[in-house]
Amino acid sequence: MTSTNGTTSNTPPAGQKSSFLDYAPAPESTAILNLKSEYGLFINGEFVDGHGTSFTTISPSTEKTIATISAADASDVDAAVKAARRAFDRSWSTISGRERGKYLFRIARLLQERAREFAVAESLDNGKPIKESRDVDVPLAAAWFFYYAGWADKLDHAGLGANPRALGVAGQVIPWNFPLLMLAWKIAPALAAGNTVVLKPAETTPLTALLFAEVVQQAGLPAGVVNILTGAGATGQALVTHPDVNKVAFTGSTAVGRLIARQIAGTDKRVTLELGGKAANIVFDDAPMDEAIEGIVNGIFFNQGHVCCAGSRLLVQENIHDEVVDRLKARLTTLRIGDPLDKNTDIGAINSAAQLERIRALSKVGEDEGAVRWSAPCDLPEKGFWFAPTIFTNVSTSHRIAREEVFGPVLSVLSFRTPEEAIAKANNTPYGLSAGIWSDKGSRVLAVADKLRAGVIWANTFNKFDPASPFGGFKESGYGREGGRHGLAAYLAPAESRPYAAPAIQAAAVEPVAIETPVADADPQTPTKFVRRKGANK
Amino acid sequence: MTRLAIPKTYKLFIGGKFPRSESGRVFEIRSSTGEFLANAAKASRKDARDAVVAARSAVSGWSGATGYNRGQVLYRVAEVLEGRRDQFIAEIVSIEGVTAAAAAKQVDAAVDRWVWYAGWADKYVQVAGNANAVSGPYFNISVPEPTGVVAIVAPQDSSLLGITSAIAPALVSGNAVIVIASERFPLSAISLAEVLATSDLPGGVVNILTGSPAEITPWLASHADVNALDLIGAADLDWIDLEIAAAETLQRVMRPEQGADAASPSLSRITQFTETKTVWHTKSLI
Repeated sequence: MTSTNGTTSNTPPAGQKSSFLDYAPAPESTAILNLKSEYGLFINGEFVDGHGTSFTTISPSTEKTIATISAADASDVDAAVKAARRAFDRSWSTISGRERGKYLFRIARLLQERAREFAVAESLDNGKPIKESRDVDVPLAAAWFFYYAGWADKLDHAGLGANPRALGVAGQVIPWNFPLLMLAWKIAPALAAGNTVVLKPAETTPLTALLFAEVVQQAGLPAGVVNILTGAGATGQALVTHPDVNKVAFTGSTAVGRLIARQIAGTDKRVTLELGGKAANIVFDDAPMDEAIEGIVNGIFFNQGHVCCAGSRLLVQENIHDEVVDRLKARLTTLRIGDPLDKNTDIGAINSAAQLERIRALSKVGEDEGAVRWSAPCDLPEKGFWFAPTIFTNVSTSHRIAREEVFGPVLSVLSFRTPEEAIAKANNTPYGLSAGIWSDKGSRVLAVADKLRAGVIWANTFNKFDPASPFGGFKESGYGREGGRHGLAAYLAPAESRPYAAPAIQAAAVEPVAIETPVADADPQTPTKFVRRKGANK
Repeated sequence: MTRLAIPKTYKLFIGGKFPRSESGRVFEIRSSTGEFLANAAKASRKDARDAVVAARSAVSGWSGATGYNRGQVLYRVAEVLEGRRDQFIAEIVSIEGVTAAAAAKQVDAAVDRWVWYAGWADKYVQVAGNANAVSGPYFNISVPEPTGVVAIVAPQDSSLLGITSAIAPALVSGNAVIVIASERFPLSAISLAEVLATSDLPGGVVNILTGSPAEITPWLASHADVNALDLIGAADLDWIDLEIAAAETLQRVMRPEQGADAASPSLSRITQFTETKTVWHTKSLI
């Protein structure tokens, strides 16, 4: 990863030898990493071997193996939940909020100290450009712990009255698109509220969660407060259905979110689901055009489009449609795709072969349904998983690329004439996670924001995240919020409420269906197996 | 010569109108002492679907009204209910078999509950929302907004207070409601509909179905245009099945509550049917 291999420069237009856009490679060194060749599960403060079949994690930009990873089976999940329960009963729920907060501050500082190492590991394992892991993922993860650290001794102000109580053991399953950041979103508020956690990172991106386990050791957290279980869908399923898990937090596809909602039916488990999206990014003709173009690009091509809140449906006012599309194409032509560790890289690798296949398949559908495809002219490396930034024009609202989450660098462009039409089209989706509005007219921005059925709305910006800002969806994008005071409340119950002891009611008898590695909801139209039991829907 | 009384025909309440069940079915309601009181409409799947259509079409107007306006309408419900206090007391005495004093207590509590929730309509946003101090030049604010269409199984052991306690909090933020009344005590729910219909509540904001909750609720739990499902009165149903059905479209589900304090008034009963919307807006650098 230290040479120029795999790095591609942008292809200059024909007849042009080179331009200011040609950069010399500037790869970040992997020497800062001190990786082990094998990683076990992190249970009760120690790395232990798992009882499942080990798997390897590879770099999606080179397909080279990074490390061998243990897989947790049901007995490992049980051991981790037991460790978390013991830690909750004996240490974590007995120490003061102030002391809990100090542990979280320690974690924040340790993440900052090891930021470079985490950024390199993240880009290596996930394929995202180093400039994003360095400037977004890792600093935000540290900020998340710093923010929630300060909440730990102020829970009376979380909005649930005096002396709210922790829920107990949280089972958390996170996706591969922001591995460390999603870990921080899950673990920081859970610990601040006084819960203990068992977290399963995605199968393709376990590395930074395992490095985080080292941080937990360095911070001196009591054993069992944080447990990290690696594995695939079956591990996640065993975790969320474990009877001694009080709280389930999941980020991933809507299909898996539905499955989890079914599986926890009838139990006392609390749940938050952060699922898919198909965000509209609405550009009015009075938008600040330079900023809008950058915002559209950031909205859909940030992190290769592997973003649940990505602005994947561009709604452009008709009179500026051609201008916007032309400028987008010009801008995309300047993006550099290649080695994620190169500091000049704008677009990294697609996270996995399976995800690349989904993106290709849906793009093919886009063409078949009559949309016009344009992909940025660029050389793609031979090894690894790559997809050129792509725009579809002539898209109608019924096209699958306008309805289904692609979860890749693919933008569908639609047009509108009036604000009412823009709102109607934006809301014409079962999802409701995010939306963007671009206009110089403040009153219009606020009026449109009022009418959009989405949990996060960015006006004249896009894809901004902050630990103080609640994030989460309407409708089939899930429920619950992460971030801010609302995200803290998701891990607390009012003082007078019934404690979450052992589940009083047996979990619903749903046929076991493996929870896949959280991925984009590639085809939400596909009916998932729906188990009806006696008495339902006669 | 004694005058013959005019008994009331109890029908459904859908879209601001009082239709019979499209199925033509009724079920007999008798007093606690066994006298015939009424043939209540026994709502069907189609009635439930009609109610969802009515509720959906009412969402934008009701949620678009100001909090002050919604508060006044809910307060108006209390006013009109107070004016028909004696009627409700008599109805509750006959169907529940309680004393007049107990019935009066229930009616008064219901009136007071409408007043309490009315006062929240222009305040809950301030308590449940907030500005967010983000690290950058952005105006950032989080506000609760109504979830949309809420289906409710009313508490089964109460004529008036139960249904009031279940629907009033959902209305505060601007949701539209389909509520299945108590199967045993459905008459006061329809009398409440007469109150709602004369309280400036737009048609379709509250839709009341009488009949069998076990029969009707599954259609609402699996309805793609229902956003949330309150199973507060569903403890005796196969409610786990209902929760499983609701997972298909990720309806927000509230599980059954039982006991004397079920559906007791609280801010969380308002916020459980809201969605937090967070809006970021750039601030220019000056």
